[in-house]
Amino acid sequence: MTKHNLKSNTVPAVVMVGPVALWLSFFVAIPLLYVLVMSFCSIDEHYNVIFKFTLVNYQRLFNPNYVQIYGQSILIAFLTTLICILLAYPFTMFISRTLSNKKTILYMLVIIPFWTNSLIRIYGWKTFLGSTGWLNTTLMHLHLIDKPLDLLYNRGTTVLGMVYCLFPFMVLPLYTVLEKLDQNLLEASSDLGAKGHTTFFKIVLPLSVSGIFSGSIMVFIPTLGYFFVSDILGGGNTDLIGNLIERQFQSGNNWSLGAALSIILILITLLLVKLYQKCGGDMDNLGV
Amino acid sequence: MQIGVNMKNAIVEIKDVNKVYGVNHIVKDLNLTVYEGEFLTLLGSSGCGKTTTLRMIAGFEEQTSGSILVQGEDIASKAPFERDVNTVFQSYALFPHMNVYDNVAYGLKIKKIKKAEIKKRVMDMLDLVQLGGFEKRFPSNLSGGQKQRVAIARALINKPKVLLLDEPLGALDLKLRKQMQLELKRLQKKLNITFIYVTHDQEEALSMSDRVAIMHQGVLEQVDIPYNIYENPKTKFVATFIGETNLFEGYVKEINGSEVSVVIESGIIKGKGNDFSLNEMIAVSVRPERMKYSLTPVEGFTIEAVVKEQVYVGATLKTIAILPNGSEVKLERLAGQALPLEGTVFLYWENEDAKLIHSPDQTFYDAVENIKLG
Repeated sequence: MTKHNLKSNTVPAVVMVGPVALWLSFFVAIPLLYVLVMSFCSIDEHYNVIFKFTLVNYQRLFNPNYVQIYGQSILIAFLTTLICILLAYPFTMFISRTLSNKKTILYMLVIIPFWTNSLIRIYGWKTFLGSTGWLNTTLMHLHLIDKPLDLLYNRGTTVLGMVYCLFPFMVLPLYTVLEKLDQNLLEASSDLGAKGHTTFFKIVLPLSVSGIFSGSIMVFIPTLGYFFVSDILGGGNTDLIGNLIERQFQSGNNWSLGAALSIILILITLLLVKLYQKCGGDMDNLGV
Repeated sequence: MQIGVNMKNAIVEIKDVNKVYGVNHIVKDLNLTVYEGEFLTLLGSSGCGKTTTLRMIAGFEEQTSGSILVQGEDIASKAPFERDVNTVFQSYALFPHMNVYDNVAYGLKIKKIKKAEIKKRVMDMLDLVQLGGFEKRFPSNLSGGQKQRVAIARALINKPKVLLLDEPLGALDLKLRKQMQLELKRLQKKLNITFIYVTHDQEEALSMSDRVAIMHQGVLEQVDIPYNIYENPKTKFVATFIGETNLFEGYVKEINGSEVSVVIESGIIKGKGNDFSLNEMIAVSVRPERMKYSLTPVEGFTIEAVVKEQVYVGATLKTIAILPNGSEVKLERLAGQALPLEGTVFLYWENEDAKLIHSPDQTFYDAVENIKLG
């Protein structure tokens, strides 16, 4: 390679990739490394992190209360994912089959709400469902109920908020897959004697499994960490791993334990993504 | 010119079928009967309504009016999965998540046929399309020709009353196309299944079919055996669409038995035909290879021409000559028989080489008016 070539290849590469690389190192890689290091550090009596190696943080992860929360997190994430699939699938199927001009409108209807901060929208649900919220007030005025329904602060409300927040993440990968589905395949199936439901189970569903799979990953993982949803709508009754971490860094003031919990969450995430890859999932589908 | 097919038993009858999409009239008053065991080709350029017609028979499209009968039974109310016809798609439409075996077995599995019988029939069918040993392969690991064979096997295994083929060879290269044409013809003869085949390739249509149905802008122009399609076109479109031809337009001046004299803009020409009347406006089609020339006037013909260019294309010589009104005439002659490049030649042909076509359309009336005024 001539000097000229080296220069002409390296300079633009550095210019283009450099800033991003710097950004990622400073704001992702280094902080993550710091979290990793911190998870092995001790804390002194004033709850300050001191650089003294210990495994005590990891031992504390097996506290039965915590284990119960992991279980609850996984249950909620699982329910959220399942409900998202059941809601998003028919919806996406419908969008992908409408004419192109209407398609854009329907698609935008999914996207636009997500240009508003999710925290605000979750507070919206709170005002809607609260004991003096719109729903209860309306029902009381209509004399359908005597006293406000207790709609907030339970597992169901948390799942509702999660589904609401993460619904588009299920729609997007499903849409990508269903949109690409060759209509000729459906015609061929019908031509060969298959009724609608047979075609669905034998052709459409198997060919959209990859979309369901990437959608599930994209819903399941964030659910474990969206602590504000369970904070606001679950009112502390439905703690998730995310809440646990948040509490260690805020009120609990035990950063080392928080770091260890974060590492566990990251490991679970990596494990799930690895599983996804193992099952033949396409990493590109996660990038939607 | 025997058809070789029993033309008695109609299997598909298309009666007064119209298809309208919004403002587009895709298929216009289509009437067509397809007979048992026949290889019928719907031929036409893209957008002529041939694929739409096929899709209406398959049930993927619903006709706007008219009826389609299969073995005498109106199938309008039947969904595609209830019809005894199967389709081979241009894009193959193989199920990508199933291997060759499962693709071919699909129709039988849906009919809940016993496993052992399915296996036997799939294996026999794969042998028939020369794909024995390919059952475990997935469509993504097959060549275009192999995919096409699987698509054909998948459709044929259901023993359809009619097999519909929508440009099945469209995506293959020329050599493979020729090979598959022969193979399709062989399969059709062997299984004695009625084929309705859609293509825009006229050579393919003429060489494979028992009969060819030519469509143009939604109208069925002519249905006939390949020989007649080329030799005896019934419409101007068919004459110009199939092969090359010279089309002259004029009116009948004189009828002498079956000999008809026609006045065109550039003079008088002759042809052979019955059921034409005096002063009727007609078109006369003469193939380039049937055109003759003379250095002296020929009785009954008064068209003179000047050679514009002559191109040597191997076995033959293609000549373009100009008539007095400026229109071009094509001649194709054996390589040794070049026309004189200088001076005027007199064009003529044998009476039976000129095909006379009833041709009532407006551009033509206008042309005739010009002749009369001129």
